[in-house]
Amino acid sequence: MDNKNIIARRVAQMLHDGEVVNLGVGVPQLVANWLPEGVELIVHAENGIIGAGGYAPEGEGTPNVVDAGGQMVTVKPGAQFIISTDSFGAIRGGHIDVTILGAYQVDEKGNLANWCLPNKMGGIGGAMDLVSGAKQVVLAMEHTQKGNPKIVDHCTYPLTGVGVVDVIVTEMGFMRITPEGIVLEEINPAYTVEQVQAATGAKLIIPENLKAMDVID
Amino acid sequence: MNKVTTVEEAFSHIKDNDTIMVGGFLMCGSPEYLIHTFLDHPAKGLTIVNNDMGEYGSSLTPLLASGRVTDLICTWIVRNPAAQAMYKANPKCLHINPQGTLTERIRAGGFGIAAFYTPTGVGTIIEDGKDTRWFNGRKYIMETALRANVAFIHANVADESGNIFMKGSSKNYNAAMATAADYVIVEAEEIVPVGDIDPELVTVSGIYVNAVVPIPKQD
Repeated sequence: MDNKNIIARRVAQMLHDGEVVNLGVGVPQLVANWLPEGVELIVHAENGIIGAGGYAPEGEGTPNVVDAGGQMVTVKPGAQFIISTDSFGAIRGGHIDVTILGAYQVDEKGNLANWCLPNKMGGIGGAMDLVSGAKQVVLAMEHTQKGNPKIVDHCTYPLTGVGVVDVIVTEMGFMRITPEGIVLEEINPAYTVEQVQAATGAKLIIPENLKAMDVID
Repeated sequence: MNKVTTVEEAFSHIKDNDTIMVGGFLMCGSPEYLIHTFLDHPAKGLTIVNNDMGEYGSSLTPLLASGRVTDLICTWIVRNPAAQAMYKANPKCLHINPQGTLTERIRAGGFGIAAFYTPTGVGTIIEDGKDTRWFNGRKYIMETALRANVAFIHANVADESGNIFMKGSSKNYNAAMATAADYVIVEAEEIVPVGDIDPELVTVSGIYVNAVVPIPKQD
């Protein structure tokens, strides 16, 4: 299995039936493919859908129903179309259980940088609202970027939020941000602790009961 | 009152240095007919308010490339090369907002709220230079209302008095922007007599709308 699906599958295992979830672009979008049996999410698309389905089959979509990436999607039974102000009211108001997104950098204080690289302007979009308003912030991302650590002791890129990240899932393991630092709760058996630490720019806390991450071939 | 008019008459209300709100999220609900027609209008020194400045194929791209736009108020410009070029030439032209903040600033502008406190962006560059205040142990940033001289709005169906029905996720910014400009121009795919839109299905009331312009049918 490739890294992206290893990550998406592990994130999917932590979600519960009925949770309201916002899925960022990239790896987070793959999470929906790996949901355990009996777990059905209410997917919030910040451009204006509560209860979005997957991408619309070829020829069946409408340009009036798209997700936040502009892709035509379906909606599930029980969905609602909402205006932007209500969509972000739902985010700021704490009505989104989990937001799953990627990162350029995350540090041991749970600070997140995922909207702006130095000398390049992309934009914020909904990221700052999501990390500030969602009950749980989960990063689904590859452990390194071209071999450079993305998990660092101190973010140097412009921040998206301060102290907002709860969980980091990479192909190497499952990590939780705690007041003491980043705890490696689970490790992919394909790696050693030393390898994971070497790929990480912050000192990882290794608990005595370090578990194996559930990974399939 | 019948608000159906020509695009020329509606555009006669637009002048140099105006701020124009443009509805839509990427291409969904984008008032493409109005933007495209506005390419031939003489007004310059404009400020455009739009979530993302559209995409490569959007009429916002030639509008931004025309040199008539001086300022962009938005959340994200990844897919518009003309917006990227404007930013490279003059970073100060770009006024970037978190999306929930931009949409709430527009709602505040339309609904008589001067400013509001939001937790979004605390500890980031968004906080720089703004008033902050603590409520219930949490820090908030004061953001101010946003209004425009003109709004371009897309409707699937409008009636002659300006009541609008917007389908699906095309409501996005269109609904709030329709309340927050001095002169609101709606382009409509279909125009029906007053009373033909069920009151249960009116997305935006005609009380906010000044002009309804039919989108020409393509053969």
